Amino acid sequence: MTSLHDSVTISVNGRTHEVRAYHDAPLLYLLRNDLDFKGSRFGCGTGNCGACTVMVDGHAVQSCTTPLWSVAGKEIWTIEGLAADPVGALVREAFLEEQAAQCGYCINGIIVSVTALLKCTALPGQSEISEALNRHLCRCGTHVRILRAVQRAIRLVEGSART
Amino acid sequence: MNTPLPSSILASPRLGQWFKIGPEPDRRIIVYSGKVELGQGISSALCQIACEELGLDPDQLTLVAGHTAYSPDERYTAGSQSIEVGGAAIRCAAACAHGLFAEAAANALGVAVDSLRVARGIFSSALTTRVTDYWALAGEVDLSQAIAADAPQRNQSDYRCVGRSLPRADLPAKLSGAAYVHDFALPGMLHARILRGGHRACHLEKHDTDALKALEGVSAVVCSGQFLAIVGPDEEALVRALAKAQKMVTWTLPEAICAQREIPESLPAMPCESSRVHLKGEAATPLVAHRARYSRPYLAHAAIGPSCAVADPGDGHLTIWSHTQGPHPLRDQIAAALGREKTAVDVVHMAGSGCYGHNGADDAAFDAAFIAQTLGVPVRVQWMREDEMSAAPFGSASLVEIDGGVDRSGRICAWHIQIWSHTHIKRPGWGGDINLLGAWAVDPPIVEPEDKDAPLPAGGGLRNSIALYDLPHQQVTHHFIGHSPLRVSALRSLGAYANIFAIESFLDELAAKTGADPVAFRLRHLADPRGRAVIEAVARLSDWPPTMPAGRGAGMGIGFGRYKNRSAYCAVVARVRVEEEVHVDKVWAVVDAGCIINPDGLMNQIEGGIIQSLSWTLKEAVTWSGSGVTSLTWDDYPILTFDEVPEVEVRLLDRTSEPSLGSGEAAAGPTAAAVGNAVAQALGIRARHLPLTAERLTRLIHESP
Repeated sequence: MTSLHDSVTISVNGRTHEVRAYHDAPLLYLLRNDLDFKGSRFGCGTGNCGACTVMVDGHAVQSCTTPLWSVAGKEIWTIEGLAADPVGALVREAFLEEQAAQCGYCINGIIVSVTALLKCTALPGQSEISEALNRHLCRCGTHVRILRAVQRAIRLVEGSART
Repeated sequence: MNTPLPSSILASPRLGQWFKIGPEPDRRIIVYSGKVELGQGISSALCQIACEELGLDPDQLTLVAGHTAYSPDERYTAGSQSIEVGGAAIRCAAACAHGLFAEAAANALGVAVDSLRVARGIFSSALTTRVTDYWALAGEVDLSQAIAADAPQRNQSDYRCVGRSLPRADLPAKLSGAAYVHDFALPGMLHARILRGGHRACHLEKHDTDALKALEGVSAVVCSGQFLAIVGPDEEALVRALAKAQKMVTWTLPEAICAQREIPESLPAMPCESSRVHLKGEAATPLVAHRARYSRPYLAHAAIGPSCAVADPGDGHLTIWSHTQGPHPLRDQIAAALGREKTAVDVVHMAGSGCYGHNGADDAAFDAAFIAQTLGVPVRVQWMREDEMSAAPFGSASLVEIDGGVDRSGRICAWHIQIWSHTHIKRPGWGGDINLLGAWAVDPPIVEPEDKDAPLPAGGGLRNSIALYDLPHQQVTHHFIGHSPLRVSALRSLGAYANIFAIESFLDELAAKTGADPVAFRLRHLADPRGRAVIEAVARLSDWPPTMPAGRGAGMGIGFGRYKNRSAYCAVVARVRVEEEVHVDKVWAVVDAGCIINPDGLMNQIEGGIIQSLSWTLKEAVTWSGSGVTSLTWDDYPILTFDEVPEVEVRLLDRTSEPSLGSGEAAAGPTAAAVGNAVAQALGIRARHLPLTAERLTRLIHESP
């Protein structure tokens, strides 16, 4: 007989949710299955590929290796919520304008990482961009466009800050 | 002159199989295709072709692709055939529909048909102020009629939609929330995970169904023969149970698979069938003779998202949602394997993570179908990372030997290429065979069919084995190895990757031996004007010839190929630095793909093909031991990272008046060759065995005289 389940309150995309799960359950499954935020994707389960990346208190983290207990009381944002965020929306727009996707499976995680980066540093240097992107893998070879999209996102965010 | 009907139209000849008028309030046109969206942008390109012929804008068109209940059977979305074959079919069907509706419009408006114009689906004429449209004329055209071959197609000089870089319609949803089969859920659906040994030949030695079922999170265990799956309502709990379950099951490899050895030693030692598959002309005695061997390892598809499928046993009618390349063949094979009528099974294509050939999609679909049928409830199967890296088929290893030479005039006068490889195609339904991992495992099992490779001209391991150059003598010998130590099937470009790498490396070696410039040496042997054009263009683009001295750690190299010797032309130049590792700094490519439907989409495919090939060429090799595959994670099977990506510059030649040529796989071989040739210039030593890792290059340098 199944017995578990602490009740944990988490904040996702600006709303609080009560979820029942093991305190060490990976955040990814709760986001996808309990809260229906399917834009965070399963790739490896070991934090190597970045497809599951979400933003927690402003930092990009891999939700597949983030235990539930560690995010209690913190602000979690997924791609769905970031679409309504001023920076997140511009980053997503930049990726669409550059058509920076092939299968697209890895892209949401990358958009979340780039959003977290630009929310923290409006004009990131090459090493900061590199550090953010090197936590992600893309198998279709869309890297060239993704790099272009990041540059476009920086310009869009910079432009919106001026206006 | 009678225009032949496209092959897909011959298979699905009625107009209604390709075209339908949507209901009036939405005012949409529905077009059906058997070619599915795999991330290559095909759905948008096919829409552009249909819109062009029908006089619609893309926002008015719905494409239904890869649904066995509605879409035409176009077999697989593979082989860079979707524009060449699928696009030709859509163009033919749409042109026929346009012709019939234009006639009906002319009747309705009382004007001559050649006075009509159509835009946004509305027919108008300078001879009347009245208009009509597809939706008003819906009842006037019999869609059950056969598609005519001779319907006039839009003149290429009048193209408004084809040739434009329209954004892909599928991306906004994918860059949001649920969009993939991985995200699809049905009411009452259970999750399933498959337990497998680390190798196709693993035997289920010991397990205890009751103990597995007692695991927290597991509500059912499905065990049949060698097939073992755990099932539960909560995915997180099931994954937790999976880690425990794996420790409770014992697998053995009944016949020791050969322990891994280097490809150049292992492949020629395996039993093979040898045959001469091509002979042209006679060899002359060369002034300068040369022989060399090249190899590639087994490569993994390694999509970012492991394979997934959802199956619903329905009310006796089984429906499977899958990211398969071939919904119809998969439907047929699952029906046959489960002993059902085809009419009792449907496969619905949904987007998946990157597809570069025959990956685990079909196997996961069978897994889901079998479990759903067994339990009578909807089931979602999600493979784990380790499953994707070990259970899915791999791209075959190849060893290529070329023996040739150059005469007094500096021209190649002898050329014999020999290829040792396994099959490169073992898809479900290919050759009528049931190639589904789960179907080979269940009780009673479907016997795994013998491996057989595709013959020339397309070829599997032989793809692009005939050099495109004008050589007075060419011989191709195939050493077909029927048993592979690993499960193998189609991976992007099949044998073309190794064969073009070998041919183009060997050309550079001959050029070097005769003091010729690699570009000039190629052009000396190539009459095909379109081949010459891409080579000349990439040379101009990259400021060829390279000015760096040979053997000093930096180099440039060229590679060229025409995919399958009949699809797109591609020439690539790479500039590298070799320090401890190979760093590719810049890649230039020029492509001739005939008439381009969507230039940005083509560019995306070429850029991706280049980078994926760089990843294969520099980093990738599947590893295994006596207990199974050992390259199971991203740590064991590294791929190219953002830090390692070069600047990439691609030019597309404009050939609007030529037929469209398949291009998705065109860059793989030429890129590998360009890098290999650049590394040879940088090191002054030739590296012939892939991947070009630091470890391998160091060994090569130490072993060189």
